[in-house]
Amino acid sequence: MNSQIIFFILAALSIMSALFVVFSKNPIYSVIWLIVCFFTIAGHYIMLNAQFLAIVHIIVYAGAIMVLMLFTVMLLNLNKATEPHKPLLYKVAAMVSGGLMLLVLLASMRSTELGPYAAPAYSESGFVQNVGMVLFTEFLLPFEMTSVLFIAAMIGAVVLAKKEIH
Amino acid sequence: MQLTNRSKVVTQPEMTWVEKLYLPAIFSGLQITIKHLFRKKATLKYPEVQKAFAPVYRGMHVLKRDEQGRENCTACGLCAVSCPAEAITMDAAERKKGEEHLYREEKYAAKYEINMLRCIYCGLCEEACPKDAIYLTDRIVPSEYTRGEFVFGKDMLVEKIEERVDISKRQKNYTI
Amino acid sequence: MSVVLFKAILVVLLFLISLGIAAYSTYAERKVAAFLQDRIGPDRAGPFGLLQPIADGVKMFLKEEIIPTLSDKFLFILGPSIFMVTTLMVSAVIPWGMPLEFGGEIYALQVADINIGILYILGVVSLGVYGIMIGGWASNNKYALLGAIRASSQMISYELAMGMSVVAILLMTNGSLSLNNIVEAQGTGKLYGFINVSGMNWNVFYQPVAFLIFLICAFAEANRTPFDLPESESELIGGFHTEYSSMKLGLYLFGEYINMFISSAVISCLFFGGYNFPGIDYLGTILPHNIVSIISLLVMFGKIFFFIFLFMWVRWTIPRFRYDQLMRLGWQILMPIAIVNVLLTAAAITLFGN
Repeated sequence: MNSQIIFFILAALSIMSALFVVFSKNPIYSVIWLIVCFFTIAGHYIMLNAQFLAIVHIIVYAGAIMVLMLFTVMLLNLNKATEPHKPLLYKVAAMVSGGLMLLVLLASMRSTELGPYAAPAYSESGFVQNVGMVLFTEFLLPFEMTSVLFIAAMIGAVVLAKKEIH
Repeated sequence: MQLTNRSKVVTQPEMTWVEKLYLPAIFSGLQITIKHLFRKKATLKYPEVQKAFAPVYRGMHVLKRDEQGRENCTACGLCAVSCPAEAITMDAAERKKGEEHLYREEKYAAKYEINMLRCIYCGLCEEACPKDAIYLTDRIVPSEYTRGEFVFGKDMLVEKIEERVDISKRQKNYTI
Repeated sequence: MSVVLFKAILVVLLFLISLGIAAYSTYAERKVAAFLQDRIGPDRAGPFGLLQPIADGVKMFLKEEIIPTLSDKFLFILGPSIFMVTTLMVSAVIPWGMPLEFGGEIYALQVADINIGILYILGVVSLGVYGIMIGGWASNNKYALLGAIRASSQMISYELAMGMSVVAILLMTNGSLSLNNIVEAQGTGKLYGFINVSGMNWNVFYQPVAFLIFLICAFAEANRTPFDLPESESELIGGFHTEYSSMKLGLYLFGEYINMFISSAVISCLFFGGYNFPGIDYLGTILPHNIVSIISLLVMFGKIFFFIFLFMWVRWTIPRFRYDQLMRLGWQILMPIAIVNVLLTAAAITLFGN
């Protein structure tokens, strides 16, 4: 029962903060609401006893990526007065992509079975040792492929950032 | 072109591997600072402990009286002339009958002002004075709120008969 | 007394102790600074100036509170609050001493022994930067913004090397992330396998390089000299807290000292055996268990105070870095050394066992 109450509070919070991300006029507030949203999602992970995932979620997303995002937004001089008028093409593109997103959501909602809330069973699969075990045995290939992807991204960033030597 | 033979060629030798680590340098720096933790402290706890003035300290001026309580100053103006900061002004007046117990000489300073903000406390007035009238003492000039108040007149400068200002330290330095 | 009540008391106590130590760290900072510069330091408020922190606190509370007109008022207040909360949160996972025992029940001197202790610390520390960033941006001041940007990039950069240096420690304790396990592992076994002094099996003897890297990163994370670029008074007139006054400034300054206290605690836990001290087993045989626990608590605090002193000692020894030097040190020197250290440790453990 307790976990149900916590779940609903967390769920309401995450949906609310996600909505605020979209509806905030000030991009800084959007970023801050996104951070709040990440925290509620980390809360969901903890509810599922996936502590490692929760904390890594916070370290990586809230602790590093959102800091960089905030960093960029802060440096932009986003006043209402200087906001450029967006061309029609952008608006149409935004509408089309939003509509497609809605379509995907509707499709996934249709195939979801909505049942009563069931408290997650206690599992230790989210603990560090178990996650590590699974990652380095069962999912070794995808794991290594991801690291190759990261290396590629890093090298790309270095190449782009490096000044040309004449 | 070489102008003098004192010039030196500055070299910046490449740092060795150990030096590049910077850690030895940091540790020796830490050693130096920790040594200071146990040194004798230089601070004086001011109101309780006061630093002794140097014997040659030159503070606020005093216009001396002689043993009988008569003002020494005869308003000759040598102090004003010698003053590099032009801080001293005075008006002379003639001693009247019956004022012999007030002024030692026949001419005296009716007005004697030192602008303490202009004064540089060099002590030249003291050296110029032929009558041993003006001395710089080890007293500190009191602080005031306005500039005008820093122009000290005779009321501030002439020593009181009942409380003489000790200038023996200054005189001692003048045994030629 | 139930365990829950005990934990609640422990939380409140930790809160008070953190604030008290932070308050007296300001005093200690001024005293240490004075002594290292052949001065006396504050000595007017009470005997030896011991009431100085209270005087400072009263001053902070009574100062006029200024919120700049063009600032973002909500975020302006949120900034210092986040900073304070995150600094206070870290102390939850640190084991402060050996467990106490009353009537057969065991009360651990640790608020939460979660199995991701180290990651929790890294996570919460990485959130501390938001307090600085939000506060700096909301001030609507260019110096504050520069300070905020410096703080964020500095913290992100040094977190990586910090995490990498911790990995080496985790490898040595069989991959347990719980601080409790890490501290316990340092209390057992022989040093280097043959020196038989109980409670001396500290990680610093095996991992001096990791310790140095962690120490440097701790300095950077706590924004202490030589890494105090976010608030460098001489260049940025206070950096992110330029516009702050009154107790909101007080929260930032306080947070910095709590940070220092907590990072000292983490350093002692990870590298200096936490509450373990040489001869802990011998004392356990001749003294009652609870007294040994209290001694271990005191030992822990002794180590913490030493590291707080080290923070101050270094502050008055080494000048501030230039920003490019800071970034070079973090990314090009500490990072590779930390990675090599992890690899060497892993290789050594595979070759020689534990």
